[in-house]
Amino acid sequence: MRRFLFGLIGILVVAVIGFVALTWRSELPPMAPRAAASFDPALVAKGADLAAIGSCDVCHTKPGGRTYAGGYPLETPFGVLYSTNITPDPDTGIGAWSQAAFTRAMREGVDRRGRHLYPAFPYDHFTLTTDSDIAAIYAFMMTRQPVSARNEDARLNFPLNFRIFAAGWKLLFLHHDELKPEPSRDAAWNRGRYLVTGLGHCGACHTPRNSLGAEKRHRPFAGGDGRNWYSPALDASSPSPIPWSAEQVFNYLRHDFDPLHGQVAGPMAPVNHNLARVPEADVRAIAAYTASLNDTDAATQQRQTQTALAFARDREATLPIMRASTATTPRQPEPPDASAQSKEGAAIFAGACATCHHGGGEWPSTRPVPLGLSTTVHGPDARNLLHIVVDGIHPRPGESGKIMPGFAGALTDAQIVALAGYVRSRFSDKPAWTGMAEALQQIRRRPAVTEAP
Amino acid sequence: MTELIVNGERHTVDVDPATPLLYVLRNELKLNGAKFGCGLGQCGACTVMLDSDPVFACLIPIVAVDGRRVRTVEGLGTAEHPGPVQRAFMDEQAAQCGYCIPGMIMRAQALLERKAGASEDDIRQHMEPNLCRCGTHMRILAAVKRAAVTMRSAEKPSRQREAGR
Amino acid sequence: MNPHTQTKLSRRRLLQTGGALAVYFSLRDPLDALAQGAPPPKLPGSLDKFPLLDSWIKIDANGAITVFTGKAELGQGIKTAFIQLAAEELSVEPGDLTLVTADTGRTPNEGYTAGSHSMKDSGTAIQNAAAQVRGLLLDLAATRFNMPREQLKPQRGTVVAADGRVLRYAELVAGLDLHRPAVPGAPKADPKTYTVIGKPLPRVDIPAKVTGGLAYVQDMRPDGLVHARVVRPPNPAAKLKALDSQPVEQMPGVIKVVRDGSFLAVVAAGEFQAIQAMNALSSLAQWEGQANLPKQANISDVIRALPAQDTVILNQGSLGQASGRALKATYHRPYQMHGAIGPSCALAQFKDGTMTVWTHSQGVYPLRDSLAELLRMPKEQVHCIHTEGSGCYGHNGADDAAADAALIARAVPDRPVRVQWMREQEHGWEPYGPAMVTEVQAALDADGKIADWQYEVWSNTHSTRPGGAGNLLAALHLAQPFAQPAPTPIPQPEGGGDRNGIPLYAVPNARVTSHFIPAMPVRVSAMRGLGAYMNVFSIESFMDEMAALAGTDPVEFRLRHLEDTRARDVIALAAKEFGWKPNEPLPKGRGRGFAFARYKNLAGYAAIALDVEVERETGVVQIGRVVAAVDSGQVVNPDGIRNQIEGAIVQSASWTLYESVGYSEREITSRDWGSYPILRFPAMPSKIDVHIIDRPGQPFLGTGEAGQGPASAAIANAVASATGVRMRSLPLSPARVKAAIGI
Repeated sequence: MRRFLFGLIGILVVAVIGFVALTWRSELPPMAPRAAASFDPALVAKGADLAAIGSCDVCHTKPGGRTYAGGYPLETPFGVLYSTNITPDPDTGIGAWSQAAFTRAMREGVDRRGRHLYPAFPYDHFTLTTDSDIAAIYAFMMTRQPVSARNEDARLNFPLNFRIFAAGWKLLFLHHDELKPEPSRDAAWNRGRYLVTGLGHCGACHTPRNSLGAEKRHRPFAGGDGRNWYSPALDASSPSPIPWSAEQVFNYLRHDFDPLHGQVAGPMAPVNHNLARVPEADVRAIAAYTASLNDTDAATQQRQTQTALAFARDREATLPIMRASTATTPRQPEPPDASAQSKEGAAIFAGACATCHHGGGEWPSTRPVPLGLSTTVHGPDARNLLHIVVDGIHPRPGESGKIMPGFAGALTDAQIVALAGYVRSRFSDKPAWTGMAEALQQIRRRPAVTEAP
Repeated sequence: MTELIVNGERHTVDVDPATPLLYVLRNELKLNGAKFGCGLGQCGACTVMLDSDPVFACLIPIVAVDGRRVRTVEGLGTAEHPGPVQRAFMDEQAAQCGYCIPGMIMRAQALLERKAGASEDDIRQHMEPNLCRCGTHMRILAAVKRAAVTMRSAEKPSRQREAGR
Repeated sequence: MNPHTQTKLSRRRLLQTGGALAVYFSLRDPLDALAQGAPPPKLPGSLDKFPLLDSWIKIDANGAITVFTGKAELGQGIKTAFIQLAAEELSVEPGDLTLVTADTGRTPNEGYTAGSHSMKDSGTAIQNAAAQVRGLLLDLAATRFNMPREQLKPQRGTVVAADGRVLRYAELVAGLDLHRPAVPGAPKADPKTYTVIGKPLPRVDIPAKVTGGLAYVQDMRPDGLVHARVVRPPNPAAKLKALDSQPVEQMPGVIKVVRDGSFLAVVAAGEFQAIQAMNALSSLAQWEGQANLPKQANISDVIRALPAQDTVILNQGSLGQASGRALKATYHRPYQMHGAIGPSCALAQFKDGTMTVWTHSQGVYPLRDSLAELLRMPKEQVHCIHTEGSGCYGHNGADDAAADAALIARAVPDRPVRVQWMREQEHGWEPYGPAMVTEVQAALDADGKIADWQYEVWSNTHSTRPGGAGNLLAALHLAQPFAQPAPTPIPQPEGGGDRNGIPLYAVPNARVTSHFIPAMPVRVSAMRGLGAYMNVFSIESFMDEMAALAGTDPVEFRLRHLEDTRARDVIALAAKEFGWKPNEPLPKGRGRGFAFARYKNLAGYAAIALDVEVERETGVVQIGRVVAAVDSGQVVNPDGIRNQIEGAIVQSASWTLYESVGYSEREITSRDWGSYPILRFPAMPSKIDVHIIDRPGQPFLGTGEAGQGPASAAIANAVASATGVRMRSLPLSPARVKAAIGI
């Protein structure tokens, strides 16, 4: 027994030593401050575009805070993490980080002092980013205006607050794959794949995660979760009534709006804000790769577009608000099984939503797309619709974009649930959503995180 | 028939239940305070209070208001006996054309009832949904701050009374 | 043609048509009351056009005093200022007066309430008329008391004699004939004794506005009121091809669908019913015709390439003598909109052959004439009454909405019709402030002073106000449309596109050219400040560029070129109150800017200093502290002046940082506040302080438009100071500032 115990302890000690040896990372020496002017401007410019594609600012800026100064609260199932200050402030930011330290952080998830970083920082994607791109991002970050802002400690549930768990997570889930060019695809697609799967870390939201918070590698882009929004599937399982074409993805990413899909909202909005400013060719590349994920041929695309458009137009044309047009289109009554709740939803829709969400009218350019085409309305759960109804959609100050007011104070929980249920049944052919009341409560409890940083 | 409780009074109106509250307030109840600004929930000229929240009256159908308390600027006081927020707007001369002001007052009222100790930054963030085109913003902010002071000092004695019980 | 012959001609025509002249007794041709032959004496302000005292002031048998003005309250507080003037000169309490504003049935025709003219024109007239009425009252009292006038004192609606006897004005009015011409040079109250003028009297209109009182034309609800909405074409060139309106006519509450050519409207019992019917109607309407708008991105090139009428508005010295360093720069302004918070609205009622229109137009008389032409009715049978609307900031949709209401009211006789535009209609159809281009080139002499100055400005007209039916929007859509009158430039010294185009700075050799472009790619008209906003932005930005070239502090550089002491005074005061120090080092990302202008070079002076912070990563400009110094001549209401200047600064900040009307080649795309963002609360400056220099006894200079130009240039100068990059294209939006800063 004693021997067995000793043996077990021995194995454990060896395991621990082995684990530590495997995961221990040394501190890298601090770097003397380096003048911004010492970086090659062309490299900095390239880094600016790459940092925008990587949307570094989206997580590394808190609402109302200075860009890249961190402090944004990232809510995970395991607790709250705060993004760090990545401005080149030597004391509170990464001003003392050498390029080697920066590269190590990007690839291995280890900070300059050798501490393991939690995988909310998507180093599991940045492993695919080339050395020269990381060097450019480094040059860009080190030439930002330093901001003194101390990092906030994570508030994770015990025992995950021990960083060693991050090391263990990495042993399990951090892969150092290499992206081999796909010769059957063109350069744009290959570029798009490089950006989408690597620096762009699109899968961080759009790929489902397992119980330990790692992306399910066998189901890439099958739909995930970002900031308690449903991040739509980008593959063939996308709920969008019209399969996205590359042009449509491009419109959406570049201009926040596609006439057959609609308006960006939620956590995607700040990503698009960055993509509006990077080289167009990169956004087209991202669009080409993303559209290829749904694997739809042109004929099917066209057919589904026609079907979806006919459905969406019909659903709008027959709204009670459009009753004058009954002369030409037979008015479709509300669903025959209309419960009191759905009647209430219909009446609320007519007074609160139909002003904008109806077909035709004098102002086609300001109209939203028909709800019958909306991914939000066709999604697997109600969260996105609930978020938008509660908080609305708001462009950044001074920038033009679609506004939708939030109805947080205007409508009660029951009214919002009735409205969402009505919208779902009226504008999609999908089964009714469940769990709306609970989802709404969770959304109501949390402050809106959709505001631009 | 829909029953509305506006400024503490019950009204029964016979209009399409989808009719936005704004038109009922203005035309059926003949209240001038809430104004049509955009009808899109983008400018706040129609802001009224629904229970304790500021809402856009232009986009809330009366069916959704059933049984909830609606308050408009008329419910806060009169020219002769203005409420504290109205009084502060008068004292600060916080109006030019004044079209946006009733909405501003109602949004501010909602904030100060919830948080009389609101900071300057709180006020600026809270007032964000309401637009003014004359550029009266600095006076509106001053008026809301002034009203906060009056409402705080009005609150204190009542709290002390409660504590004394 | 001088104004008198003009009125005479129109009067003759009026008599020929048998107009109801007698009703408008005191508004009749002023020449009737004056001796024929001798040239009329020059009278102050609008008294010159309407010299009869009872055009301005009436006192009834009970002593109740009514003051009349042809100007209108636009939210600028003019009513309060006029009441102060009349109360001071008549020695009554402000509350004892009734003021009647612009009404074609009751008040003098003072044209438009625009151009910061109200104090100068109407204020001066009211003040002088009131002073003369007080003199007449004193004369009457002197007779009654049988005492010399010097021993009498007016005091709160009475005349008090030195021996203590008192007569109320009411007791004097029996002998008072105010239907007499004013005389020039009548004594006014001594500014040293003012008790009402110069005091911050609370605005008379604010209590109703903050308590839900009846304050606006939008709030009018006469018995039998019906609601109307218009349906506009999808673009300016579209014509109504086909419409089956029958389903709409069957909608609940719908009274009538009104159609005349491509003018389309619907009348309903309820307001929301009218809106729903409007939506349905616009879905059923079929239009044809495409607009062909210019590309937004190169509007400056489009403007400059259009045929222009060139006028050299300043030509002095001889250019090309300067040996020192030189600079050249081009500045750009996009189309910008008034964007009233309350969309345009009007009520109209066609009853007993008379069309009565309640309107928030800036000019009830010109509107009356235009509506008469539109409706093919005699002028005397069209009655326009100004009723406040939402702030206008120039020629917005007010007149067009009045035309809509009148056309609709004619189709449903006897009923009062209320029409209010939808937000999308206001954004899409109001006449915008014109896109403009300026080019400036200057050279320094050996002493670092500007020796050569060449300035050019390209602009459309800044007034398509109704001076004829063709300037009313609906008139263009009728089956028999009216032709749009050819636009004409507003001549110097006030100017239109070239307003403030001539620098106030002393430059020995200068040429300023105004390129007036008649063809309008987009419908435009007067917006607060007209060309002054852009010209001051350009000149004052360029002054900073020249100051940098000369290696001189911008404030010092301005003073170096200014001889006008009042200009120097506002600059010195703004700099002092701001704490402006030459070459003061600022933290990274922070900047400060200074600018100055005298509006129209003949009205109010304003100097503004402010600081900004520019976020390098986003290009967001946050204004910090703003200090303004202003000289509007004799101050009537200091708080009114402060309110106007504060508003001007904030509004100009919004224009300057955010605003640009968007359009595609086919349509206007700025249709709401999302597609035309304006400044909201979180972006407000941290503080605005306005310091006033009072000039007792000096003429009123007006205030309403003094601040816009300087505010824009002060912001641009501060952004340049914060970023090291000079931005010459408006607006300085986050995306543009970011692009200008670079990485």
